[in-house]
Amino acid sequence: MSVHGLAKSYGDVRALDGVDLDVQEGTVLGLLGPNGAGKTTMIRVLTTLLKPDAGSATVAGLDVVRDAAELRSLIGLAGQYAAVDENLTGQENLTMVGRLYGMDRAAARRRAGELLDRFDLGDAAQRVVKGYSGGMRRRLDLAAALVAKPPILFLDEPTTGLDPRSRLQLWETIEQLASEGATVLLTTQYLDEADRLAGAIAVIDRGRVIARGSPDELKDRVGGERLEVHLEEAARTGAAAEILSVMGDDPPAVDGELVSVNVRHRPGAIVEGVRLLDDAGVGVQDIALRRPTLDEVFLALTGHAAEDADADGEGSG
Amino acid sequence: MRRLLSDTLVIAERNLVRLPRAPELLLAFTVQPMMFVLLFRYVFGGAIRTPGYSYADFLIPGITVQNIAFGGFVTAIGLNEDLHKGIIDRFRSLPMARAAVLAGRTSADIVTNLLSAVILVITGLIIGFTFHTSAGEVLAGFGLLVFFGYAFSWVFAFVGMIVSSPEAANSVGFIAIFPLTFISSAFVPVSSMPEPLRAFAEVNPFTITVDALRALWLGAPAGDNIWKSFVWALAIVAVFAPLAVARYRRAATV
Repeated sequence: MSVHGLAKSYGDVRALDGVDLDVQEGTVLGLLGPNGAGKTTMIRVLTTLLKPDAGSATVAGLDVVRDAAELRSLIGLAGQYAAVDENLTGQENLTMVGRLYGMDRAAARRRAGELLDRFDLGDAAQRVVKGYSGGMRRRLDLAAALVAKPPILFLDEPTTGLDPRSRLQLWETIEQLASEGATVLLTTQYLDEADRLAGAIAVIDRGRVIARGSPDELKDRVGGERLEVHLEEAARTGAAAEILSVMGDDPPAVDGELVSVNVRHRPGAIVEGVRLLDDAGVGVQDIALRRPTLDEVFLALTGHAAEDADADGEGSG
Repeated sequence: MRRLLSDTLVIAERNLVRLPRAPELLLAFTVQPMMFVLLFRYVFGGAIRTPGYSYADFLIPGITVQNIAFGGFVTAIGLNEDLHKGIIDRFRSLPMARAAVLAGRTSADIVTNLLSAVILVITGLIIGFTFHTSAGEVLAGFGLLVFFGYAFSWVFAFVGMIVSSPEAANSVGFIAIFPLTFISSAFVPVSSMPEPLRAFAEVNPFTITVDALRALWLGAPAGDNIWKSFVWALAIVAVFAPLAVARYRRAATV
């Protein structure tokens, strides 16, 4: 997948403003950005739903505008709005999609059955989707994207709005797909999601890619993970900060009884922190490793907070 | 072409399968026409003079034409919902025939329209309507009726693609088509209307189609009405089908 100088405007709003991007076959790229950054527009262009104003994009060697018809049989799309028919059953939804990919009725039905079982929807297969939970709908939507076993998958904010358990379940499914060799482009607002699922991340803001790299590279640029320690007594913060300063590159920060220090490439930081403080007799109430949030990534990369990115004309991403 | 046909059938099947699961739509197809027949026959019928025909005979061809022209509202609402829920995006990302989503929707309307028309005519038969022509002409009447309804499904398909919400789809269709159906020979003889309305009613495709149906079902003089009605329906499809498909091609989820 290769994108050069891609641009798309809605009226005055430049949803995409010259995007360059490459995704290697068989890898997962996370497109990370706040609402209105241009993520959804990007997906819509790459899945042939939208014609770009300028620039070019090829997916699997096919041009998204010129070879759109041919490309459609190689891609699967799952959106942030679970695009399944509420008045059909799970089985009917998937069978319909299979037939629209050109399968005959029996083959489509067989494939639907396979996917429903795989996505833990076998028991709900004959129920109308209206009664499905949010997580079940997402899984069905993802299953619909996989009906034709497409080698390239586009997942537009696959877990936005899901409860933590469904989110974890969906992550596992996506990881499994990736391990089977699918090329995946997924958009997300969550750094932890991109971190977990993607081998490479591109950060997008106001229609431009402002940073790219592996999750670790990106976190390093933001200052890495932070070890946060809540002390039992606020009086001991000075001592704790001094002890913990050996772990970080920067001096620890103190806020009330909270002491935090950035820990770059330091496996076992929690254990190390507890041991150091314990040896010095400093009581620890709570200790945690905190990853930088999208807000912090944005602040570090752009100098403005993620919320500042204007919502663009299409409303989402 | 083969692809268009098979994809159209898949979409039509989808729309028919889901219909019984949306009971409010099913009511619109079944109970509503019965209600209107009864209202017109017993509330207005006594006050309307229809020389040469009983009001039941006069009413049924008129009201079936009005009813079938509105049958396509399901297409407008359904398409607009699909647009908002991202289902159109899914379809557009599939390697399917581009016109099939709309063609499938309008084809499904044929089935529901026919069902609705049959219910309406049966209600008519109960309240005193009778066919005065041969079985062949009666069937030809149903054929013309269904084709006319199909034409309006394309108008509604276009409406469904351009408006901002399913509710708007419903009211735009209603405001645009409702007056057309009333300023026609559907419920009262055109000769009873004031001059400007009468002039409009006489060229209104609804008048032409209602009169064509009266010829085929009651044996009224056909004149040019039958072929003119057919040409009108053909013209409506020729204009609105390409418009709707063009909108579909560049539709974006709002």
